[in-house]
Amino acid sequence: MSGRQDLSSRQDHRRAEQVDLGRWATGLLIALAVLVSLGPFLWILVTSLKSPAQIGARPPAWLPELDLSFYRAVFGQHDFGRYALNSAIVATATTLVAVLFGALAAYPLARLRMPGRRWLLGLVLGASMFPQIAIVGGVYRLLMRAGLLNTYPGLVLPYTALTLPLAIWILASFFREIPRDLEDAARVDGCGPATTLFKVFLPVAAPAVATAAILVFVYAWNEFFFALLIMTDPARQTLPVGVAQFPGEHEVPWGDLAAAAVVATLPLVALVLILQRRIVSGLTAGAIKG
Amino acid sequence: MDHRQRRFGCLLMSPALVLIVLFLVLPIVLSVITSLQIDNPFVPRRFIGLGNYARLLSDEVARGTLGFTLLFVGASVALELVAGIALALMMHQSLRARGLVRAAILIPWAIPTVVTAVMWKYMCNDQYGLFNLLLYGGRIEFYQAWLAQPTTARLAIILADVWKTAPFVALLLLAGLQAVPDELHEAARIDGAGPGRRFFGITLPLLRPAILIALLFRTMDALRVFDLVYVMTQGAPGDATNVLQFYGYQKTFPEQQYGYGAAVSVVVFLLIAILGLMAVRGVGTRLFAREGE
Repeated sequence: MSGRQDLSSRQDHRRAEQVDLGRWATGLLIALAVLVSLGPFLWILVTSLKSPAQIGARPPAWLPELDLSFYRAVFGQHDFGRYALNSAIVATATTLVAVLFGALAAYPLARLRMPGRRWLLGLVLGASMFPQIAIVGGVYRLLMRAGLLNTYPGLVLPYTALTLPLAIWILASFFREIPRDLEDAARVDGCGPATTLFKVFLPVAAPAVATAAILVFVYAWNEFFFALLIMTDPARQTLPVGVAQFPGEHEVPWGDLAAAAVVATLPLVALVLILQRRIVSGLTAGAIKG
Repeated sequence: MDHRQRRFGCLLMSPALVLIVLFLVLPIVLSVITSLQIDNPFVPRRFIGLGNYARLLSDEVARGTLGFTLLFVGASVALELVAGIALALMMHQSLRARGLVRAAILIPWAIPTVVTAVMWKYMCNDQYGLFNLLLYGGRIEFYQAWLAQPTTARLAIILADVWKTAPFVALLLLAGLQAVPDELHEAARIDGAGPGRRFFGITLPLLRPAILIALLFRTMDALRVFDLVYVMTQGAPGDATNVLQFYGYQKTFPEQQYGYGAAVSVVVFLLIAILGLMAVRGVGTRLFAREGE
């Protein structure tokens, strides 16, 4: 151990020079990465805060006049308050159902001796990679039969099916890490499997439940394809559909659209920045265990 | 006990399985069946075997669409991997950088793809776009309509995708990097290996599993590109930026050629499924190895 320290201290001088130069280069690259990541969003934010007179300026102005008239138009004539409400309802309901069903399914997959559970987990994960276009026709017909087109459940049910694989994967990989002793102790205390799941497992797995919930929520908030085809009634449409089908006949109303884009994004960006640790652990769950 | 456990397990999994079967598996089966039929509002529906697939083979637009889809997948996934590795290395270097870069790159990741598309469309705008402003400043006579020209429109869609999804790759790879023991780098440094040698000799090989997984997930996901094309170009100019999922959508919904549209959708499904199966045989055995314990 001490021999190695000796060796590395001999090279300290040469390394110090490299590190100094390296630090500058790294700092510059980091600044660039941050700028590129934030740039497009900042640009749309700047645009949304321009005044109607300023928006048509050529070349475009770098700084906005901090005018809120585009936001007034978005919530006034374009009714984005309703879209936001629809998005919130659909995303929240999807999150609750997907996490509940996901936890129920993850427990036996992770813990009980189930036949062919490896197969099942593969199927569940593969299912999340199905192209939407190959599913949407069948889903549409199913929902039409059930009278669920243009209703909240009509979107919540397929969203739940689409996000369940991810929720199951995250929860199952966390459940596996919980020590067996916990279960044994519960069994000794006379708990059945159901009590063990709800009273012992779920409380311990709270971080994984939170992670799964965030990822499901983000998916449901952002989803466009199904929302476009299932919610054709404007009163039921969600934010992504409202943004993508923004009315404009010859000239796109860029100011209004920019404000609408910010409205659709800001709640999510806030959520993500507050909960970033949980998200990162969720995105990488299972992926590095190989 | 074992028997009771099994029944209890099936009971717990049933709500999830019912939803997955009803809304994912069954619709795929329906699409396959529809793809074997002539199914549009103008003629009576009937089975025609592989007729729709035969028509696909001679469909010039479909071939072009497949071409751009593959180009899109290849270019965007390659760029995402390079950008992702660079971002991951930066975040790995220092804790301060990690917090800052992670917060910054989570924003593109969190933004709805539709909004990403609107942003990039506006940045590419011929009159008020950021790219024109950055390239030409006040010389508005040079301003160009980037999305009206095939090459730049394609590039714009690829770059928008890279911007949005490189963060995901970076976070996956950062997790992989953190699993590489520091002692290895230290030992290599003592042996006189420079940063380049250390990266290609140690980091990259050890990062291989994480890279393969990122590659797999991104490729499968990129094959499904839709939102960006729907908002940014609608496949224009001509069909230069048309992609398989958008072509399938065009055939199925606006044109109501349900049978033909279903055939396109089955092709997308098969492309992704084959890739997935190949991956499960390779990478996946390691990915799922823990399941078998």
